[in-house]
Amino acid sequence: MKIHEFQAKQIFRKYQVPTPDGGLALDSEKARLIASEIGHFPVVVKAQIHAGGRGKGGGVQLAHSLEEVTQHADSIIGMNLVTHQTGPEGKNVKQVLVEAGVNIEKELYLSLVPDRETACILVVASEAGGMDIEEVAAATPEKIIKVPINPLIGIQSFHCRKVSFGLNLPAPVVKEFSQMLTRLYQLFVENDCSMVEINPLVITKEDKVLALDAKMDFDDNALFRHKDLLEFRDLDEEDPLDVKASKYNLNYINLDGTVGNMVNGAGLAMAVMDTIKLAGAEPANFLDVGGGATAEMVENGFKIILSDDKVKAILINIFGGILRCDILANGVVEAARKTEIGVPLVVRMEGTNVEEGRRILAESGLKLFTANDMKSAGEIVAKIVASSP
Amino acid sequence: MSVFVNSDTRLLVQGITGKEGQFHTRQCVDYGTHVVAGVTPGKGGLDMDGIPIFNGVKTAVEQTRANCSMIFVPPPFAADAIMESIDAGIDLIVAITEGIPVLDMMKIKQMIDSSGSRLIGPNCPGIITPGQAKIGIMPAQIHKPGGPIGVVSRSGTLTYEVVFQLTGQGIGQTTCIGIGGDPINGTNFIDCIEAFENDPETKGIVMVGEIGGNAEEDAAEFIKSNVTKPVIGFIAGITAPPGRRMGHAGAIISGGSGTAQAKIDALQKAGVHVCENLGYIGEMCAEIFLF
Repeated sequence: MKIHEFQAKQIFRKYQVPTPDGGLALDSEKARLIASEIGHFPVVVKAQIHAGGRGKGGGVQLAHSLEEVTQHADSIIGMNLVTHQTGPEGKNVKQVLVEAGVNIEKELYLSLVPDRETACILVVASEAGGMDIEEVAAATPEKIIKVPINPLIGIQSFHCRKVSFGLNLPAPVVKEFSQMLTRLYQLFVENDCSMVEINPLVITKEDKVLALDAKMDFDDNALFRHKDLLEFRDLDEEDPLDVKASKYNLNYINLDGTVGNMVNGAGLAMAVMDTIKLAGAEPANFLDVGGGATAEMVENGFKIILSDDKVKAILINIFGGILRCDILANGVVEAARKTEIGVPLVVRMEGTNVEEGRRILAESGLKLFTANDMKSAGEIVAKIVASSP
Repeated sequence: MSVFVNSDTRLLVQGITGKEGQFHTRQCVDYGTHVVAGVTPGKGGLDMDGIPIFNGVKTAVEQTRANCSMIFVPPPFAADAIMESIDAGIDLIVAITEGIPVLDMMKIKQMIDSSGSRLIGPNCPGIITPGQAKIGIMPAQIHKPGGPIGVVSRSGTLTYEVVFQLTGQGIGQTTCIGIGGDPINGTNFIDCIEAFENDPETKGIVMVGEIGGNAEEDAAEFIKSNVTKPVIGFIAGITAPPGRRMGHAGAIISGGSGTAQAKIDALQKAGVHVCENLGYIGEMCAEIFLF
């Protein structure tokens, strides 16, 4: 679960990780008020959307007077912000963060992420702050410091020294930086984060450490023990169909193609998408109804797929293991009747009681195509969408 | 022969009294697996279908000589259950549970690496040596005993599809292992491939990977210099968009790494026969595994 910068900064402040003074505004009047409370210029007006690259897209502006604050807030709030992470359709901006400008001496990059390889929490830092870290990693990998922290031991002073000295921090800053890093680590583990990124983390001319930006992502699997974090979820930032699917406990991702598909199991679902593509069509979605799908899940899956206008045909591929094919076939028939499917439906199922399942589908009177194996399922559905208007 | 489990495996089920635990324990028993104990804290002294239930793993091991545990405990308590098995010195721990937090898995990984236990999973279908022992939730009837192929996979139903096609071609399996779809897991591709390489009855290996992480690339490196048996590989997710988690917590393309194409390239360079269309994997196995 991703959250906004202003929300991440609220959590930062709770852990005494320093951030610039400022506040959130939904309109230019409030933006002006916050700026006057800050009391000095420049101030920064920052669009609050989940995607990165806001600066390049015109979503971050510097204001040198109250008039400029009003002007920037008016232009940013309501704008359709396009960045390399939003896709070409962009994202509507509903709110801005207004913050005090700071005297920057040095810009750094700092992030904490779980590392699959070492099963450690990895501190990634670089002197090349403010830039796209992936570009830095590609061009000058020597400028990136990585310090793994064993979660059973937790962060120690030597970890902090490794990072501080690796960043060539000036001596007066090392202590404050180390305290900040220690608290950031605490924040990371206490909230089950899957990413905390500060880019840039700045050293001011007054030798203060300050998080100018803040990005946080949480482990969805751990949200059961962080009910308080759920209030930070912003459904406006998510695809409406994805949100609907999450209510039904389905794994759904909306894509660009025309072949709706429903599969049990994530790996098989990906493989089915690939099969559709190899047959010459494009998948409209990823939809995993779970390894042990029920008839109800199948019905909900239909509802989601059918609410996507792009869909010209649907392919269902279920490998009935524990779930018997006859039960599944009944589920498909039931759901097809209830949801009044208007597009061609291709069904391929395999596994326990498959003959009985196929009989139920054949006798249902539904207009559907049955495929005997995966390759023919892909071919049939691709042929259907190729000939549909 | 087989790897990790066989007819001598003595299984203990953690979470045996839950709905899933009960159902799948019975399926394993029906298949012929020796289920010797169950553990549900607070229900010690009772039994399920005659299988004695204990309050803790240690006591269960002492009294039944269980050497393998299968975990059906829900995510909030699963990490604790795995740790309890490691603490009790269980040889093989098979964690079926899906949705264990990453931070919990990190701690388990650190703990297990300094123990004598092996963990398979979590978020996996389990492991089966057809005809000998089924420890997991996979449908038994799709398997064919007697080998000669070893199967290792990150995904559940995708493995069933592959095994189904193998059996359809008349090709049996030595052992099929689901290593799970989470970013941090116990046993990886290399562990399984190495075991298959060393197993005289296994004549060929099928590995099924998917997008995310570097496990397939690492396996390719290993195969290049250590594996003499033919390997067929399949990677799911060539159409997966970057930055989106495709169902499995581990299946995500991030920062340009973990793409299906990079994995396919690495495997091909290592001499692995890569099957690009899952619909044809059975036929491809029949062509390549000519023994």
